Amino acid sequence: MASYATTAPAEQGSWVQEKIFLGMSLREYLKSLWTPFNIVAAAILVLGLPLFVYRFYAGLGATTNLSQTQPWGLWIGFDMMTGIALAAGGFTIGAAVEIFGLEDYHAIERPAILTGFLGYVVAIVGLIADLGKPWNMVGIFSQNGTQSVLFEVAWCVCCYTSVLALEFAVPFFEWLGWERFYRPLKKILLALTVLSVMFSTMHQSALGSLFIIAPGKLHPLWYSQSMFLFFFVSAVIAGISMVIVESAISHKVFASQFRGHHVDADKLTIGLGKAGAVVMFAYFFLKLQGAIDNHAVEYIGQGFYGKWWLVEMLGFVLLPSVLYAWGARNGRATVVRVGGVIAVTGIILNRVNISIVAYNWDQPNHYVPSWIEIWVSLTLVTAGVLAFRWIVNRMPVLHELDESPHGTH
Amino acid sequence: MKLGRREFLQVGAAGAAALAATPAGAVGGVETPGEGERSVLVDTTVCVGCRGCEAACAEANNLPYPSGDAVAWATQRTTGPSAFTVVNKIEKPSGEDRFVKRQCMHCVEPACASACPVRAIDKEPTGPVAYHGDRCMGCRYCMVACPFRVPKYEYAKAIPLVRKCTFCAERQAQGKKPACVTVCPSGALNFGLRGEMLEEARRRVFGNIGRYTQHIYGEHEAGGTNWMYITDIPFERLGFEVAVNDNSYPKLVKGALGVPPVVMTLWPPLLMGMYAFSHRKGEVKKEEKGGKGEGGHHG
Repeated sequence: MASYATTAPAEQGSWVQEKIFLGMSLREYLKSLWTPFNIVAAAILVLGLPLFVYRFYAGLGATTNLSQTQPWGLWIGFDMMTGIALAAGGFTIGAAVEIFGLEDYHAIERPAILTGFLGYVVAIVGLIADLGKPWNMVGIFSQNGTQSVLFEVAWCVCCYTSVLALEFAVPFFEWLGWERFYRPLKKILLALTVLSVMFSTMHQSALGSLFIIAPGKLHPLWYSQSMFLFFFVSAVIAGISMVIVESAISHKVFASQFRGHHVDADKLTIGLGKAGAVVMFAYFFLKLQGAIDNHAVEYIGQGFYGKWWLVEMLGFVLLPSVLYAWGARNGRATVVRVGGVIAVTGIILNRVNISIVAYNWDQPNHYVPSWIEIWVSLTLVTAGVLAFRWIVNRMPVLHELDESPHGTH
Repeated sequence: MKLGRREFLQVGAAGAAALAATPAGAVGGVETPGEGERSVLVDTTVCVGCRGCEAACAEANNLPYPSGDAVAWATQRTTGPSAFTVVNKIEKPSGEDRFVKRQCMHCVEPACASACPVRAIDKEPTGPVAYHGDRCMGCRYCMVACPFRVPKYEYAKAIPLVRKCTFCAERQAQGKKPACVTVCPSGALNFGLRGEMLEEARRRVFGNIGRYTQHIYGEHEAGGTNWMYITDIPFERLGFEVAVNDNSYPKLVKGALGVPPVVMTLWPPLLMGMYAFSHRKGEVKKEEKGGKGEGGHHG
């Protein structure tokens, strides 16, 4: 907030009041913050932020349950892997609107891009917590670790986060009223979208490629030489599903934002469900093919991992795919939304399964995250949600400026 | 990015040369991968379990002095951030003891080095897989990649490093043998070029049928390692990872690393084409709505 205040024009009081306090006085604004949701969020942050700092003071050993056999835990498996997957809505919807010309989805493009941007920022912060010497990240640019999948991942994170920042800069500058900045950005939105699809394709798939070098450590049902393909396809599912869930929540929580410009949310949801059903159905068979290719069919249903794989595949891939298809066919948006929630859960489950649950499956002592790891992850998610709400309440995200010049209130 | 075009071409050329050279040798059977690299052949049937190598290693690397035999023989130990090498004791069914020294295997094509995005782990042409802590960002992907689970992390430190055997790269650069090899009194550690060591291993294993297990661990494991082992009991019992692939680990990701160039060249024109198509479709729709439905505009 401080940075905005410094850039504010002369009549600072009214500017801050309008832009930051939503037109309320400071007292009114602080009073309006007193809600059960905010109290819970504040409780999480009050402990979580110091824990984040403490991790750098005390080291990874004191704060995490990582070990010599389990070098990656919740901060990579959940914060990074899942954060990036769930951020896929940005490029999925961006491509649908800007490239494929599906104008109907224009209304949900900005929230999807914002989610993508915040997802990436959260993932990067989580990554910084996890790295032993994060300041050496600059080595990505000076050393040529071109043989490494992680090199590709790192470059894609940098490039795509920059693209997302530029895309998000449009509503940001619209909010500030700096026309000189957002006009040119709007003109290159198509180019940015092309770049976002390109970097996302590489990045989402590279996150899967990371595990290709560890065939003995990941359970054969999840391991595949084609993991990059699985990760990319499931990222598209994640993108579509996140947008379904998010627009359902947004319509409830930010109902006032939609005043005056009616968006047929049910119609959009059903359209997304149709697309999601097709992609998920294909993904189901791709995964099955992966298991066959990897000679892992004998593991299906066998032991904990064989059963757990079936739970993921049937309960969190096939079931939501059927719900999407049925809901879309019968025009039942609610069914599609239920499918969306299951699908998003399924993506989280898949990423956590690969990087934590099914990793080191044959080792005697299995990793369970420490409470600090869980709390820091919770803090990051909470911060992401708060940032989303803060921005949506102020900037032209759920509606566009051109349609209503005084959109923000 | 600091990388100049010239350097980039060099990197590319070196990579291409390495890729071209290795399979040719492996397929032809004439050359051995890494035959000119420095290597150690461990003959576990000769080792007496004095643990002099552990002590020498600790001294050479400024590590805490190893614990006494009672502690050492009590469990099957693994290397750690403050012990780059450990000797384990395994009892044969006959009651005789076998000792096995474990440390980094120094792969000919190391998974860890290929996994490192900042090249903190780097393979030296003479054999050692060296580590440069000043470049390390602590992502621990090397630990994920290593099929032998060798790299260990200093989790207890606020500013941690990856720790593992360096094959005494600095000593080797001065023409000296690794510290552990220097002190070995029994002849269990034989130091020389990989080609020679492999020949010696074959001579021993296949020249004394019945004395050794018919396998040279490290000849093919992970595409070949510079530490190779021969023994007279199953390698599984010595605690070796028998499920390790016989192929080079860096090669596993070659297909996946081929994705970015394809995406970077094909996606932009493809997507722009789709845009042009959908844009034109939209225009035609507009025209038709406007009553100009002549139907003559198929692009």
